[in-house]
Amino acid sequence: MPESSDKPASDAGKWYDLFSRGARDWLRHDEKVRESVRKHLPQIVSGADVINEGARTVRVPVRMLEHYHFRLRRPEESQGAGQGKAKPGDVFSDPSKQRGPGEKGAGGQDEGEVQLLLEFKIDDIVDWLWEEMQLPNLKARVGPSEETDWVREGWDRRGARSRLDRRRSFKEMVKRRGNPGATPTFIDEDLRYRQLARRRQPALHAVVFFMLDVSGSMSDRDRKLAKTFFFWVVQGLRREYRSLETVFVAHTTEAWEFTEPEFFQVSGTGGTVSSTGFNKVREIIDARYNPGRCNIYLFYASDGDNSVSDSAEARETLSSITGDACFTGYVEVSSGLSRQLATETGRLFAELATAGCAAGSYALNDFDDVWGAVRHFFSAEAKALEAPG
Amino acid sequence: MTEDWKDYTQRIEELAARSGLKFHPVEFEAVPDSFMMEIAVYGLPVRMPHWSFGVRYIYQLIQRHMGNSRLFEVVFPGNPGHAYLAASNGLAENILVTAHVLGHADFSRNNLMFRRCQGQVSEHIVEHAANHARQIQQAIETYGMQRVEAVLDAALALEQHIDVDQSLRRERYPEYAPEAKALVDDEFRKRFASLDPTAASTGLEIKKRAPVPPHPERDLLWFVANYAPEMESWERDIFLAVREESFYFYPVFATQIMNEGWASYWHARLLREANFVPQQAYVDAIKCHSDVVRSVAADQQVALHINPYHLGFSMWEKIVEKDGMDAARSIMEQDDDFGFIRNHLTRELADELGLFRFSARNDGHVKVLEHDLTALHEAVLSPKYNFGAPSVSATHVRTDGTLELTHDNSVDGRGLDLERSRRVLDYVQRVWRRPIVLSTVNQAGSTLELTAP
Repeated sequence: MPESSDKPASDAGKWYDLFSRGARDWLRHDEKVRESVRKHLPQIVSGADVINEGARTVRVPVRMLEHYHFRLRRPEESQGAGQGKAKPGDVFSDPSKQRGPGEKGAGGQDEGEVQLLLEFKIDDIVDWLWEEMQLPNLKARVGPSEETDWVREGWDRRGARSRLDRRRSFKEMVKRRGNPGATPTFIDEDLRYRQLARRRQPALHAVVFFMLDVSGSMSDRDRKLAKTFFFWVVQGLRREYRSLETVFVAHTTEAWEFTEPEFFQVSGTGGTVSSTGFNKVREIIDARYNPGRCNIYLFYASDGDNSVSDSAEARETLSSITGDACFTGYVEVSSGLSRQLATETGRLFAELATAGCAAGSYALNDFDDVWGAVRHFFSAEAKALEAPG
Repeated sequence: MTEDWKDYTQRIEELAARSGLKFHPVEFEAVPDSFMMEIAVYGLPVRMPHWSFGVRYIYQLIQRHMGNSRLFEVVFPGNPGHAYLAASNGLAENILVTAHVLGHADFSRNNLMFRRCQGQVSEHIVEHAANHARQIQQAIETYGMQRVEAVLDAALALEQHIDVDQSLRRERYPEYAPEAKALVDDEFRKRFASLDPTAASTGLEIKKRAPVPPHPERDLLWFVANYAPEMESWERDIFLAVREESFYFYPVFATQIMNEGWASYWHARLLREANFVPQQAYVDAIKCHSDVVRSVAADQQVALHINPYHLGFSMWEKIVEKDGMDAARSIMEQDDDFGFIRNHLTRELADELGLFRFSARNDGHVKVLEHDLTALHEAVLSPKYNFGAPSVSATHVRTDGTLELTHDNSVDGRGLDLERSRRVLDYVQRVWRRPIVLSTVNQAGSTLELTAP
């Protein structure tokens, strides 16, 4: 790094245009934040507002890191010196010192609270999470388990001419010679060829049905919880299936199929008859998907208050679906903590599970539970698939 | 930007010299605003990389976008001094800033604290800091980002914990405790020794190893660098580099009110006397002066802090008016902010400036307190004690290498922020490589020990 002082005035003052040290250190800070976000990912991404419609990224709000110094404890009452038109005994309030509840003076004295929005690739996040939570990779039930494919991977000194990597070879030449000035001459050791590796990939087709209860008893928050959960389920399944179709079904006392954007906007009124939803799913499977060639998943989110008169029909249709599906999951988005799956629909899924079907349920009360739910289903699913039959 | 201001630089310098300012030559350089901002963030034009500067940088960017802060100049003392002027300054601003910079240059050449620290650090801090940056860059290449960053985390966390009363290149403690007085060579001892050689020699051989540290040591950067059981030499170098920069920053910190006041006094005065400045530029410059040197923001009645420019400026005006320039110059040479405020901020001036003391509760409830000049002095000065840091010293190293740190709450009045202190211990522990124990007091005032790991 040139020093400002030993350069003539005409020439000085240019080196700092070349790069910004502030930006460099800022990027390092950014990296550190990403590292620590990565460590706390499950808690963070289950937050309500992280999902960016349609995009392949997630935005996570984070606080800036603090470089810690020894500081005195914040006193209840501090003294200071000020200036202006004020007499002894005057009382006023200092808006800059007021903090909302829950924000304990974490920032520095002179630094206002600044929040950053970091953007993460969803694919990366899913990879990290699966590593972090040690979720099992799923095994498919039907279809050829794997197909092989050739992918580019690494370099070698020998190879077919057509796979010569010129940029890489040039770099090797420069590295060897260490003298960029002279005319380039290559020797054989410089040449690098791209290698191909055989990579096994699941060559599977899957469809996942998301069924949402949109009856009057489902609040906005409930739908949002379900949405967050569904979102991560899709991401998880996408890891396993090269082609994954999604079907969205909403029901009240009737059932409809929706496109994804509409699906989460729908809200209905009236009661809950879940069999209508299951029937709709059955209908769609029969019309479009062959259970022998396609892996079927069904996830159902509801508050669980199915009408009692419907239970027989719901059981029947659901059983027929679980017969064909790899896995059927039920999340109960009840804001009340007391019930915990002790509902009509909850019992229905419990019965199926005890009967040995690949089914599971989870009570989703809060956004913090989303990861628990995802973990629960993916482990349960893996277990169900390992079980013979 | 036009270079018109350079035509005035020399004339302002001449005027300043005629007015009695004694300064080393200053190299002026106009730099882009982005670079000005970085200087403000790092405190030096080229400084070691660390992510915490990145955080400050973003806060600066935000500040700037909100139009809150504008930097006109940054000046680095030395021989020659370096002054960086924002390229966005207008002619009038640059004339003002040039005069201001000369005020600083006079101050830093003559103030004793500056002279002492420059005597230690040398008059080339800008170059030294750039060297440190380069060394650290090399260390990153050799040892990797993670390891260097861990050392910088610790060193920069302790950057305020130095002892400027000791020399920058300080010797290690004497290995042995001073020998007892009884061993003085007197007649009796000589005769006694001649009687039985063994008796005399045992007296000499009982050299007691001095405890480390022999007294509470507040220069933590130095202490860790010298006594950490397993520190590597490149890590030591980083600690000592941070310490050297702290030695440079200390006088800037400890004389801020005087120094900014002095420079403001001189820019106002030189501008008044500079009959060569065009009328319009003069008016613009005076406007700029009154924006910088004002007590309370335009849209407010009351400020809960004190603008050092305004306070220092007003005090110097008063001193020059009352006691004359010679007296003012000798105060400038001998004092730091502590002496300056306590000796020269009088009741009348405090009233005139509308200074007051207040107590503020956490919920933002602020109450203005009774007038009390001594207490007002302390309220102005309290953020400046001990380089603005709590008084933490190294008090003992146990035989297993455990470092004992002690926070002196009797000086600071209350205990440490535990969460932050724990984090600092974590930083330092990675360099000390043995356990660290820190004792402070809790809310109730009873002793509390934090340990790492």
